[in-house]
Amino acid sequence: MTNKLPMPTQRDRELRETYGELLLNLAEEDSRIVVLNADLARSDSTLKFKEKFPDRFVDVGVAEANMMGISAGLANMGLIPIPHTFTPFATRRAYDQITISIAYAGLPVKIMGTDPGVTAELNGGTHMSFEDAGIMRNLPNMVVVEPADAVQLSAMFRDIVYHEKPVYTRLYRRRKDKFFVGDEKFELGKIYTMKDGKDVTIIASGLMVGQAMIATNMLEDEGISVRLLNMHTLKPVDEETIVKAAKDTGRIIVAENHSILNGWGSAVCEVVSEHYPVPVIRIGVKDHFGEVGTTDFLLEKYKMTAKDIYVAAKRILK
Amino acid sequence: MHTLPELTAEDIRFLKRKSTQIRIITLEMIGHLGVGHIGGSLSIAEVLSVLYYKVMRIDPKNPKWEGRDRFVLSKGHAGPALYSVLADLGYFPYDWIYTLNKPNTNLPSHCDRLKTPGVDMTAGSLGQGLSAAVGMALAEKIKKSDVRVYALIGDGESQEGQIWEAAMFASHNKLNNLIAFTDYNKMQIDGYVYEVNNLEPLADKWRAFNWHTIEVDGHNVEEIYNAIREGFVQQDKPTMIILHTIKGKGAFFSEGKVTSHNMPINPEELKIAIDALKKEIEGDELR
Repeated sequence: MTNKLPMPTQRDRELRETYGELLLNLAEEDSRIVVLNADLARSDSTLKFKEKFPDRFVDVGVAEANMMGISAGLANMGLIPIPHTFTPFATRRAYDQITISIAYAGLPVKIMGTDPGVTAELNGGTHMSFEDAGIMRNLPNMVVVEPADAVQLSAMFRDIVYHEKPVYTRLYRRRKDKFFVGDEKFELGKIYTMKDGKDVTIIASGLMVGQAMIATNMLEDEGISVRLLNMHTLKPVDEETIVKAAKDTGRIIVAENHSILNGWGSAVCEVVSEHYPVPVIRIGVKDHFGEVGTTDFLLEKYKMTAKDIYVAAKRILK
Repeated sequence: MHTLPELTAEDIRFLKRKSTQIRIITLEMIGHLGVGHIGGSLSIAEVLSVLYYKVMRIDPKNPKWEGRDRFVLSKGHAGPALYSVLADLGYFPYDWIYTLNKPNTNLPSHCDRLKTPGVDMTAGSLGQGLSAAVGMALAEKIKKSDVRVYALIGDGESQEGQIWEAAMFASHNKLNNLIAFTDYNKMQIDGYVYEVNNLEPLADKWRAFNWHTIEVDGHNVEEIYNAIREGFVQQDKPTMIILHTIKGKGAFFSEGKVTSHNMPINPEELKIAIDALKKEIEGDELR
């Protein structure tokens, strides 16, 4: 591996277009796939699915609790329901329905939450969930994943859809990020090593992969050897790779587009404190609600940029 | 779609006897433990008997048979009544009834599809089972199968908003393969439903939500059966059968008592109640 990473770039189209195609293609070969929406089909790019498979497209209207219950019922009859809505409504709005009718009942519903964290942007605080992945990981049986870009989503889509357990996926529908080239091997539940290194480990997920790539290069420019890991699966946690990073580099920075309470940073701390305690710094949302703003503005305001990761790494290396 | 023949006098006698038998098993089950959801279990003995012994296409030897009709007990706390039926039909060994709520049991207080053979859906957090039943009925529409889905909700449970979300969706999507029941025993934990948070006019509400709605005496097997027959011929509507019932029906210490939702039972009273029920069906074959 070279010391420097390629810089993150932008694709010419949003992730939701890739997602819409993935869904259509899989539905073509598998008649069990049913798409559900709660009055947001226009924004999550599943309207093409409606045109092509009207019998397997369900819009429940503005009724997320009911959507989760109906999804549970569909799964109970052997179909593969994929309900969609914004992350806060895909989780906390219907949390007890997800808990009892889906997770406790052991029904493999594939929940898609769109616009995670600060990417809810101009919808602001009411639509900006920083706790969604955390509350979902608290549920037994639930798998939590966050594909960072279209390449990773494409690589993992089948594994998500055909997972034997219910899965909550954070979907960056409006982002055009390109972090990966396409020949990577991603395995659900397994951390992906983007770059090896020995001085410090940066663990990033989703949107923060881009910030972490830039920070890594800033540090490498100063001769600091960085191991960059992409923890796309929050649950189940890949303990082995985290413990190895703790042993090999002795310091870990975790960067997440989520509250630092009960998200990726917390999960990493749980693992290292039990198996191999090392210093950890969590970069993420520090226990406050969101607000209206562009992604770049909010990353800056909440101290979640590449520079903040860089500063944290320098601090932890002292 | 399968159809239902008219009930014969012998059928009616059989279903009445089954209802009493279900009450006896339920009392034995909860009585053995000493405490439980007596009221809402005893109020649904007739509807369960009609469904499981005359209406539903099921195979107790093959509880996971794909082509079976499904039943969702949305008021999951009435699990003991359903377990009584399932035990009687041989879905699991009869002596499981003495394990209700004991450590490592397969018969938990609220229904669990992963634990109990014959339980088609998990429920217990009120308001959720109807949505699941709606999803199950929708699935069978998508699959173009003729499986029917039955769901039973409580009257107190109908105070949950999710019930009405499910109601709206089911009629909008013309789920005529869904027949739901309300156990309208008029009582909930904190008192009479009309005092706590009145549901009336309940039948009008369901009609307004565009369901084919029928009100029957929930302890009259013939009325229940005929209402289901009516549900069978609906072309574009789900059916709601409101069962006017008496909470705790069939045991002197629970019948019509607001306190019967979850109550202790002492062995002496239990024996008196069971003996009285046995007397009702004297001469009929008991297991």
